[in-house]
Amino acid sequence: MKDTTHIADPVIEARGLNLTFATDDGPVHALKDVSLTIEKGDFVSFIGPSGCGKTTFLRCVAALEHPTGGTLTVNGMTADEARLKRAYGFVFQAAGLYPWRTIAGNIRLPLEIMGFSRAEQDARVDRVLDLVELGGFGRKYPWQLSGGMQQRASIARALAFDADILLMDEPFGALDEIVRDRLNEELLGLWARTGKTIGFVTHSIPEAVYLSTKIVVMSPRPGRITDVIDSPLPRDRPLEIRDSQAFIEIAHRVREGLRAGHGDGI
Amino acid sequence: MMARSGPVLAVLGILLAVWYLAAVGMNAQWERDQAARAGTKVTWAEILPQTMAQARPVVPAPHQVAVALWDGLTAQAVTSKRSLVYHGYITLQATLVGFALGIVMGVALAVGIVQSRAMDLSVMPWAIISQTIPIVALAPMIVVVSGSIGIEGRLIPKGVISAYLSFFPVLVSMVKGLRSPDAMQVDQMATWSASAAQVFWKLRLPASMPYFFASLKVAIAASLVGAIVGELPTGAVEGLGARMLIGSQFGQPLIMWAALFAAALLAGVLILLVGQVERLARARMGVPA
Repeated sequence: MKDTTHIADPVIEARGLNLTFATDDGPVHALKDVSLTIEKGDFVSFIGPSGCGKTTFLRCVAALEHPTGGTLTVNGMTADEARLKRAYGFVFQAAGLYPWRTIAGNIRLPLEIMGFSRAEQDARVDRVLDLVELGGFGRKYPWQLSGGMQQRASIARALAFDADILLMDEPFGALDEIVRDRLNEELLGLWARTGKTIGFVTHSIPEAVYLSTKIVVMSPRPGRITDVIDSPLPRDRPLEIRDSQAFIEIAHRVREGLRAGHGDGI
Repeated sequence: MMARSGPVLAVLGILLAVWYLAAVGMNAQWERDQAARAGTKVTWAEILPQTMAQARPVVPAPHQVAVALWDGLTAQAVTSKRSLVYHGYITLQATLVGFALGIVMGVALAVGIVQSRAMDLSVMPWAIISQTIPIVALAPMIVVVSGSIGIEGRLIPKGVISAYLSFFPVLVSMVKGLRSPDAMQVDQMATWSASAAQVFWKLRLPASMPYFFASLKVAIAASLVGAIVGELPTGAVEGLGARMLIGSQFGQPLIMWAALFAAALLAGVLILLVGQVERLARARMGVPA
C-alpha cells in the first residue's frame, strides 16, 4: 500500500543508490545504498570529506554519472529525462565563463542551445542579471569581473532557463571568506525570491548550516550518508544567526557526524 | 621604443660584424691566389677592400647583397624576368595557394580526428610520418605527377608542395585547440543537453582559435619554404627558388643571395600580416589588448 500520509512533494528521490567505478586497483564504491528524499523548495547541503560521494550524488542527479544500482527520480522522471526537460541548472566550482563571450553572451549560451528566440534570450538575460545583482555588467568580458562576480554570472546562467532545481558543486569553494559570506547571503535571498529547490555541495560546516534546511552528512570508502539533519533555523536568516545557540548546536551535530563517519582511522 | 629596439639592433650589429669578418676571411684566399698567379705580393691593406668588392665572392659582403637586392627590386620594370618583384610574386602566388590549401587540410583533418575516434587512430600517425619524408625528394615527383595528369603550369604542384608542409602545424595546433576545453566545460554543455554539433560550434571551435592563429605564423613560413623548394629541383625558371638555383648554377652568388634575402623579406611581411589578422581576431574575441 502506498504511503498516503506523505503529502509533501518530492523533487529528487533516491532509493538504495549505488555507484561503483571500475579502476585499475579494483572497484571503487563511490556511492553505497544512498537513500534520500529532497522536497520542493528544500535547500539541501551535502557535506563530507573528499571521496565521500557528495559531488558524485549531485552528478547522478544531473545525469552526468549513471548509478549502477538503485533508483533515482528527478521530478518523477529518470535523471536523463529530467535533464532533457531542463529540470536543473548546474553551477560548477569554477565559473567556467567563456572568455570570448561577454557576460550577457555567456548567460545567453544555454538559451541559444535550447533554442529560445532572440527577443526571449535578451529578456531572460536582463532578468537574471538583475536577479544576481549584475545589472549593467552584461557587456563586460569575464576578465573584467572579480572572481565573486564571475561566480554570480555563472549562477545567473544556471537560472536563465527557469529550471526548478539548482545544483551547486562547491560554487564558492575557490572564493575568499568575505566574498563567500556575501554570496551566501545573496544566495539565500535568491532562494527566497525564486522558491527553487537547491542541492549544494560544500566542505564548510558554517556554510552548510547557514544555508540549509536539510544537511546531509556523508563519509567516504564507501561513499554513504551518515546523518541527515533537518535544520530548525527559520528560513529568513541574517548573517548574525551564526552566533545563535541553535546554529552552534547544529554545527556541532554536523561535526560529530563527520567524525563518526571517519571511524577509528582518523 | 629605444628599450625594445636596442637589443634587436645590438644583435643585428653583431651579426653584420661577423658577416663582414667572414666575407673578408673567406674571400681573401682568392685575392692571394690572384696575386700569386701574377707574381706580386699583396698586403692586407690591399686585400681588405678587394674582398668586399669581388664579382663572384665566396661570401658576399652585406652591402653587396643590399645593392644586389635593391637593384633586383627597383632597377627594372616589375614585369621583367630580372626583377625580384616579378619572381617574388610568382613565389607568393604558390605560397598563398599552399597556405590556403594547408589551412583547409589541417583544419578538416583536425576536426575529423577530434570528432571521430577511428580517424584519431588512423590519420594522426600518417600525418606525422608524412613530415618525416624529405620534401626535396617528394617535390619533383609531385611536379611530374601533376604534369602527367594534365595540370598546366607550376602553380598547382608548387601549391601542393607548400600545403604538404603547412598543413601539419595547423593540424597539430587545431587538434590541441579543439581538445582544449576541460572536462568541466564539456560537462556543463551536457547539463544543457547540447548536441555534439553545438559543443563543437559553441565551445570547441572558439576555444581553438588562439591555437589556430599561433599555428598560422608557422604555416605561412612553411608555405613559403614549400613554394621555394617546389621551384628548386624541378627545373622551374620563375620564382625566388629558381632565381637562387640560377645564381648558384651560373656562378652568380650575388643573384642567389639577393633572392635569398628577398625571400626572407617576403617571409617577414607575410608573418607581420598574419600577426595583424591575429590581433584583429583576438580583439573581436574580447581578449584584453
